[in-house]
Amino acid sequence: MKIFKLSRNDTILMLGFAIAILLMPIWLQPIGAAYPDLLQKFAIFGLFAIGFNILFGLTGYLSFGHAVFLGIGSYTTVWTFKLLSMNVVPAVIFGTLLAGLFAVVIGYVSLRRTGIYFSILTLAFAQMSYNLAYSVLTPITNGETGLRVLRDDPRVLDGLFGVVQEGSPVGNFFGINMQGYPGFYFCAVVLIIGFFISLRIFRSPFGLKLTAIKSNQNRMRYTGFNTRPYLLWAFVISGMYAGMAGSLMAVTDPLAGAERMQWTASGEVVLMTILGGVGTLIGPMLGALLIKYFENIFSAFNESALHDMFSFLPSLLENLMVTVVHPFVGDGWHLTLGTLFMVIVIFLPGGLVEGVTRLFKRRKSDGVSAKNPGPES
Amino acid sequence: MAENIVLNIQNVDKTFGGLQALSNVNLQIEEGKIHAIIGPNGAGKSTLLNVCIGRLEPTSGTVRFDGEIITGKTPYEINQAGVARVFQTPEIFPELTILENVMIPALAKRDGAFSFNPFKLMSDETDILKEAEHVLEDMGLIDQMHDHSGSMSRGDKRRLELAMGLVQRPRLLLLDEPTAGMSRADTNATIETLIRIKERGMTKVIIEHDMHVVFSLADKISVLAQGAIIAEGVPDEIRGNPKVQEAYLGGAH
Amino acid sequence: MDAILLQILNGLDKGGAYALIALGLTLVFGTLGVVNFAHGALFMLGAFCAVTFQKIMTFSKQVKDESITFFDAYKEIPYLEIWFGETGTMLIDWVVPLSILLAIPVMLLIGLIMERGLIQYFYKRSHAEQILVTFGLAIVIQEIIKSFFGANPIPTPAPEIVAGSANIGALFGLSDSVVYPYWRLIYLAFAFVVIGAVFAFLQFTTFGMVVRAGMADRETVSLLGINVERRFTIVFGIAAVVAGLAGVMYTPILPPDYHIGMDFLVLSFVVVVVGGMGSLAGAVAAGFLLGILQSFASMNEIKAIFPGIDQIIIYLVAVVILLTRPRGLLGRKGVMED
Repeated sequence: MKIFKLSRNDTILMLGFAIAILLMPIWLQPIGAAYPDLLQKFAIFGLFAIGFNILFGLTGYLSFGHAVFLGIGSYTTVWTFKLLSMNVVPAVIFGTLLAGLFAVVIGYVSLRRTGIYFSILTLAFAQMSYNLAYSVLTPITNGETGLRVLRDDPRVLDGLFGVVQEGSPVGNFFGINMQGYPGFYFCAVVLIIGFFISLRIFRSPFGLKLTAIKSNQNRMRYTGFNTRPYLLWAFVISGMYAGMAGSLMAVTDPLAGAERMQWTASGEVVLMTILGGVGTLIGPMLGALLIKYFENIFSAFNESALHDMFSFLPSLLENLMVTVVHPFVGDGWHLTLGTLFMVIVIFLPGGLVEGVTRLFKRRKSDGVSAKNPGPES
Repeated sequence: MAENIVLNIQNVDKTFGGLQALSNVNLQIEEGKIHAIIGPNGAGKSTLLNVCIGRLEPTSGTVRFDGEIITGKTPYEINQAGVARVFQTPEIFPELTILENVMIPALAKRDGAFSFNPFKLMSDETDILKEAEHVLEDMGLIDQMHDHSGSMSRGDKRRLELAMGLVQRPRLLLLDEPTAGMSRADTNATIETLIRIKERGMTKVIIEHDMHVVFSLADKISVLAQGAIIAEGVPDEIRGNPKVQEAYLGGAH
Repeated sequence: MDAILLQILNGLDKGGAYALIALGLTLVFGTLGVVNFAHGALFMLGAFCAVTFQKIMTFSKQVKDESITFFDAYKEIPYLEIWFGETGTMLIDWVVPLSILLAIPVMLLIGLIMERGLIQYFYKRSHAEQILVTFGLAIVIQEIIKSFFGANPIPTPAPEIVAGSANIGALFGLSDSVVYPYWRLIYLAFAFVVIGAVFAFLQFTTFGMVVRAGMADRETVSLLGINVERRFTIVFGIAAVVAGLAGVMYTPILPPDYHIGMDFLVLSFVVVVVGGMGSLAGAVAAGFLLGILQSFASMNEIKAIFPGIDQIIIYLVAVVILLTRPRGLLGRKGVMED
């Protein structure tokens, strides 16, 4: 079918991606990351970053407020669970659509400005949403406590079809509970579809035009393009990805809180994209994988675990190592994150994908390599 | 005569603050001709061109393209109407390949100002590819078309600029010093190209310093000095015009 | 009437803090061309200068508490009190104003290290990259502070003599309900002095003249053979000191914690953008303006009409200003438009 058509290289890339994602429970086993909660996070944040990359990577517009859509996706999903059904399909669809609707409004306003002004506008919208979710919107968001699914919620559709909920309500895909491995596989399938769409966008005339806007927007206008609707579509698509990621969060754990919208959460997705490689196809997924993995590993360490780790050293050295490493782990994970942020921007602005490409091709990088989605490259 | 006028500039004034950049400029560009605008530095040539493509709005007066007023329209609307511009300092997409640089304007011509087609594949756009390759062939850039345009030489970038204008097959092409910064050989090659494509019925307005280029190409020449048109005619008339000589010798150099 | 006066006063001290942070932010942007997301961290570091100084001054010795007789009780007495008696007690009481003396050299040093060690390599990089690297730096700084001082706010009181409130209302012949803490008045005066000093410095010294010329047209000034970069480094140091002092003096108003910088940064950025990127007067004006607006928005009467308005007013104003006046209130043409 034409809609699934890809070039030979892209087909290999697509298949490789799908296989790698679906087999994560196996190949992540040796490094201790193959348990469902973490795997779900990999898939969800991968989707988030892949969507963010469609805006930032293709158009160069740096949004500092994308977490808003994550939050909207989560809230909508929980509300759908509460009002309609615990089936995840309508929940994810509504979450994605509503996030898209918000993205139209926020994008329409923010895209009237470029550069840092755009970043500040998106940040302003994110902060407004976050503050409102905590204060006046409490009836909708349940404020600091967060929005949860309750046993006696109406769930009109479930009632209609006579679906009986036993125990505390859990999201389900036509009867399969979306927790543990089934939850992961559901997220993984959504992720793979998301990756495919992103791949097609990168290879489309639309994608090429977005890259050209990033390269020289003024010239695009004199070339006959009305650039704003292009940017708005890119913004809305990436907002919908974020909304879908937010929905999946609520699918695997039916709970939504305002902290998901905080600007540090927006910063995290920026970091994932940059770490992997802005504007590359697999970079964002790679970045999400690494950050969530290290977050998980690092925050699990505590002082005694560190002492165990360095116990092979003489005790003086052991204590020294523990003192040095300790601020970076456990609660100090953010310190590692900040350091990583700086190191990547300073030494590897093209991200890991470019680093690897550079290593393989052994040629001087002058903005060549993976930055551009050419029809062939 | 009135029916084959493509671009009609009527009573255009442009002031920047207190400075009069253009004063009461009237200019008619005929279909299918190459019309050169010459004049000393600071005469207002680039300002005039910018007014025509919507980068600047005139203080008063109108510009009509094909009988329709285009003053006040956005740059992309003017381009979609059929006016393309070749910039003096190369305005290309440095991160894209040479081929992609040419495919972009071709897409603008075919798809219009906006079209949402995220599920088409670039590799299926064979017609666009053919058009782009054809123009690149003309400009002698076909062998390097998969290279990144950012690393081209300045002269090559100028030729790419020209290719980007030509691929749209606009009714009116505005060229801002198309050979500035080129070597003599490149200049001659460009003149040849422009002559070769002259038969295709594209109207061109050229702003040029290089008299060699002007006199080998132009059907008609207008001389701009201190914001006003002081002379107009076929090359031979201009060559012998004492007002023109005075403007160049005693002008704003 | 008195309610309005009170709200204006309430807004002014917060506005003062915004103005001081925004001033440095816009100064650095105007001269170095760098968008510094770590500027809020400098404010926070200033506040923790005061905290550190307080810790040093109250370094205590455990002594037996004689007033409790039925079991052995110990109390902590600061060494300063043991050594200097009354004078020592007074020194401890005045710890916040005194820490200004510590904060100036420390913040200058931090500013210079930051500029030479990191910022200078980002002059020519894109604004996005500048934002990202300084964002990373801000996280690193705040996490380091967290690991030293913990996550909880640390109270650092103002000197006892100014702990009370002034009856401003009586001063203006209004009702007695307009009372205003002395320390906030001091903060306001302090903000004006610092802002005045920065402006005077830029206006009346040769150094300031070069900096202003550099802000207007960096290339030309470099062509004159003047080493602009060295001066810009010092400008960064000055901005760091200003932010630091704003932080020191703010501690009695809001006990500092490690993320106070981030909280203020986002708002100060909005202030800078509203004032106009690179415009010093704009930053100061917008700082006070937004401070006052925020304080009005938190009045109950206003909140009754527009619920939640106090939470979003600053951002709302920023959005409106950016859409209607793209260059902010006093911004120059062509700054950061790409």
